[in-house]
Amino acid sequence: MEVALRTAEFPLLSAIIWLPVIGAIILLLLPRRDRLIRWFSLVVALADFALTLPLFSWFDKDFAGMQFVEKHAWIKAWHISYFLGVDGISVLFVLLSALVTVLCILISWEAVTEKVKEFHIALLLTSAAMMGVFCSLDLFLFYLFWEAMLIPMYLIIGIWGGPNRLYATIKFFLYTLVGSVLMLVGIIFLYLKAGTFNILEIMQLGLPYQFQFWLFWAFFAAFAVKVPMWPVHTWLPDAHTEAPTAGSVILAGILIKMGAYGFLRFSLSFFPVAAKAMMVPMLLLSVIAIIYGGIICLAQTDLKRLIAYSSVSHMGFVTLGIFSLEGNAVEGAILQMINHGIVTGALFMCVGVVYERTHTRAIKDYGGLATVMPIYAAFFMVFTLASIGLPGTNGFIGEFLILLGTFASKRWAAVLGALGVIIGATYMLRLYQQVFYQEVNPKVAGLPDVKMREVLALVPMLILVLLIGCYPTPFLGFMHASVRALLEHVHQAAGTTLPISEILKEGLHVVLPS
Amino acid sequence: MWSSLPSFVAVYPETLLVVVASVMALVDRWITRKAVFTWATIVTALLALALVFLTQGTTFGHAYAADQYGVFFKTIFLLVLFLVALLAPGYNQLLGINFGEFYALLMYAVTGMMLMASTRDLILLYLGLELMSLSVYVLVGLLYAELRSLEGAMKYFLLGSFASAFLLLAMAFLYGLTGTTNIEAIAKALLAANLSANKALFLSAALFVVAFAFKVALVPFHMWSPDAYEGAPTSVTAFMSVGPKAAGFAAMGRVFLIALAAAKTEWTQLLVPLAVLTMFTGAVLAVVQTNIKRLLAYSSITHAGYAVLGIIAGTKEGMAATMLYLFLYAFMNIGAFSVIVLMRRRNFLGENIFDYQGLSKTHPTVALLLLIFLFSLTGIPPTAGFIGKFFVFRAAFEAGHTALVILAVLASAIAAYPYLRIVMLMYMKPPEKEVEISLNPYIFAGLMFAVTGVLLFGVYPGPVIDFARACCTGFLP
Repeated sequence: MEVALRTAEFPLLSAIIWLPVIGAIILLLLPRRDRLIRWFSLVVALADFALTLPLFSWFDKDFAGMQFVEKHAWIKAWHISYFLGVDGISVLFVLLSALVTVLCILISWEAVTEKVKEFHIALLLTSAAMMGVFCSLDLFLFYLFWEAMLIPMYLIIGIWGGPNRLYATIKFFLYTLVGSVLMLVGIIFLYLKAGTFNILEIMQLGLPYQFQFWLFWAFFAAFAVKVPMWPVHTWLPDAHTEAPTAGSVILAGILIKMGAYGFLRFSLSFFPVAAKAMMVPMLLLSVIAIIYGGIICLAQTDLKRLIAYSSVSHMGFVTLGIFSLEGNAVEGAILQMINHGIVTGALFMCVGVVYERTHTRAIKDYGGLATVMPIYAAFFMVFTLASIGLPGTNGFIGEFLILLGTFASKRWAAVLGALGVIIGATYMLRLYQQVFYQEVNPKVAGLPDVKMREVLALVPMLILVLLIGCYPTPFLGFMHASVRALLEHVHQAAGTTLPISEILKEGLHVVLPS
Repeated sequence: MWSSLPSFVAVYPETLLVVVASVMALVDRWITRKAVFTWATIVTALLALALVFLTQGTTFGHAYAADQYGVFFKTIFLLVLFLVALLAPGYNQLLGINFGEFYALLMYAVTGMMLMASTRDLILLYLGLELMSLSVYVLVGLLYAELRSLEGAMKYFLLGSFASAFLLLAMAFLYGLTGTTNIEAIAKALLAANLSANKALFLSAALFVVAFAFKVALVPFHMWSPDAYEGAPTSVTAFMSVGPKAAGFAAMGRVFLIALAAAKTEWTQLLVPLAVLTMFTGAVLAVVQTNIKRLLAYSSITHAGYAVLGIIAGTKEGMAATMLYLFLYAFMNIGAFSVIVLMRRRNFLGENIFDYQGLSKTHPTVALLLLIFLFSLTGIPPTAGFIGKFFVFRAAFEAGHTALVILAVLASAIAAYPYLRIVMLMYMKPPEKEVEISLNPYIFAGLMFAVTGVLLFGVYPGPVIDFARACCTGFLP
């Protein structure tokens, strides 16, 4: 199956990716006046968001191939091209990244007071790299953005993070790096086999199963760490907890989606036979993440840590949906990625709002906030319910579609996954009860309610929660054609699978010469 | 009568360097403005570079050839000379070693390296190696009033002499087998005689491996390097961390890929364990270092381990990868050393990594530059370090060394930690003491040049890749 291309007349995707970079370079030259820097970054981020809006309106939902394509030769010696494009799977992430960047600048307005210039440069560079990851159709370009993003993220967590930030940031960097370099080996292998880094051409490669098997696990190493899947999730609670609010929002909103996106874009389309063969182990890991992540949440005493572990559980749903290889489930998974970005991002922002006032994240330091900060409590309530997946919020649509699709392909996984929904309700409602009800904790008495700037940051999230919750059709409409094409590609891929023992034996033979 | 003399065109660049160096060493006494030497070195380096590109042909009875392979390595050496001449003046003046002999010795060393890169005869290779080594021994001991400088020079000299002896022995065996010292003739003789199972050939290959492993500091023949790096004046450390190493690889290419092509399996099976050991030992030992010069010494051991992957690959692509790696390594490593040089004050070494604590607060630009160099050494895109790593990994993978590449990427993940630690200190800790930097126009220019190289070749390496490949085309079939 050839993937159709529709070339862009105006290099829109390039503009979206490079505008923040140019903004960052200008920031480097601006004087160290904090107000100026904040406003300038906000304008850049807003302009970038405005640039993504045409994607939303000009995107042809019935076209399964790549749109807004740009292709130029870049490093000719290695057949690398500057090749960008989006399809139904990636377009929403570009929009979400741009939106999250704007909101991150808004919520850091007062939270970040040190090295303001460096912070905004790092933020804009992260944003550019994120969008580059979602738009790249060249494997080398993709890897470049994927790794380049580590540098600003490392600095964001390490410089502006909490007390234990050094440990968290090194752990984050090394976990991700180990995963990524293993993927690099896989990329080199694919390149030597295909003679190109072009993702669409590699899709057509049809490698034998024993290759697909190893490459699947090499790419798995990178993506599973990013998602993060159990058991390589342990960097996430530390990184989330110690990161500044903006860092947590980016981590939860976009960064960990890159892993799931990688599974969809690469693991499924490059190694369809292996993906089908590895379905059960993947579903098993997903179910473990859902249930284990949920149970761990019950034991948390730190607001941010709880939400971080809930991410493990929610991302378990996403991988469950992806690897059930069923239309509804995959669409649900993509939607759930967006949802999780919105809801968890919003919850981190909410925690940031009170953290700025109290400088504590311990749940026991709160209580009775509903009477002290009623508007804030209302916002938090909506996001809590969305996180649980109450009908009418976006969380419900995503989880429902995932479970529906998974039920059709592997019943046991759906049943076990549904357990996660119940655990989710337990820990989120317990959190809400402890923080907002009960008696007013003297530590929080008299706190001012949310400010206009904070409301401005939270309202877009609220609107999206309810909009997707009540009327998901336009969002799902983006994906239909691309997801159908992808699954067709996966299910049509033919290849004989071999027992694992044989593959291991053969692999050992290749690795150890003679 | 003149026509009977050989044509010396092929050695014009080397002649220029030797002449200028000798003049500088002689006139030092009468010249008080030492900046003259800096400028003379810079201009000579650029002139020699131009000559390198202009001259072609062989001389001395085909023992010496100004071929494409040599051109690439000479570009690296002269680039190193240029960058070191820019970083040295301020630092050397501070330590009282900013005299003509310093620059003269640098140029002699570079001449030796150029001989090693262009030689087609083992004897000439040995001469080049000795010229380089002797000059660098003296440079390391230039601060003879300091014990660690002397110690470093002594260790380097003693172990280096052993390495030279091994090299001579290896050559002797090869001469005994083939009756010639000409590299191409050796290759032909070995192939024709079908000596693949010969014990003497294996011994010769093993001795060559040991000798070159000393010169490029592969574990376990690296013992001299941390001490020599730490003891040497930083301007010399910057030079020897790239220059002699690149020269060692140039000679390895000539000897292993051409002369000993018939014994490829033998030297490959010796180099593979050395490479693995080097990458991991360098990476792990760098983790515990607190002196930044020692840290970069271990880091440069690790990098030699990556660079040797291209030789192990044994292909044209592999050699091109090693060459590109060394070229890019020159920019990032000398860049990093330039920052270390900046930190030196009269009574302040600025070598402890904790001296860098909070540097981003006190000197944000310097910190940013070091950050870029360190991430490039780590191999994170979009810096040159990533391109270099990618190319060697790719070449080794292509040649079938899958396990080696997997180990190499894992080692590179471990090696990331020491660099991250410095970044962490610079950016994530508050400054503890007042740190002054000694900026001068030379080193500023050098830093800008290096950082431009690191970022430019990180995103647009196409031309240098083509150049490296073109330089290998005539070299290997």
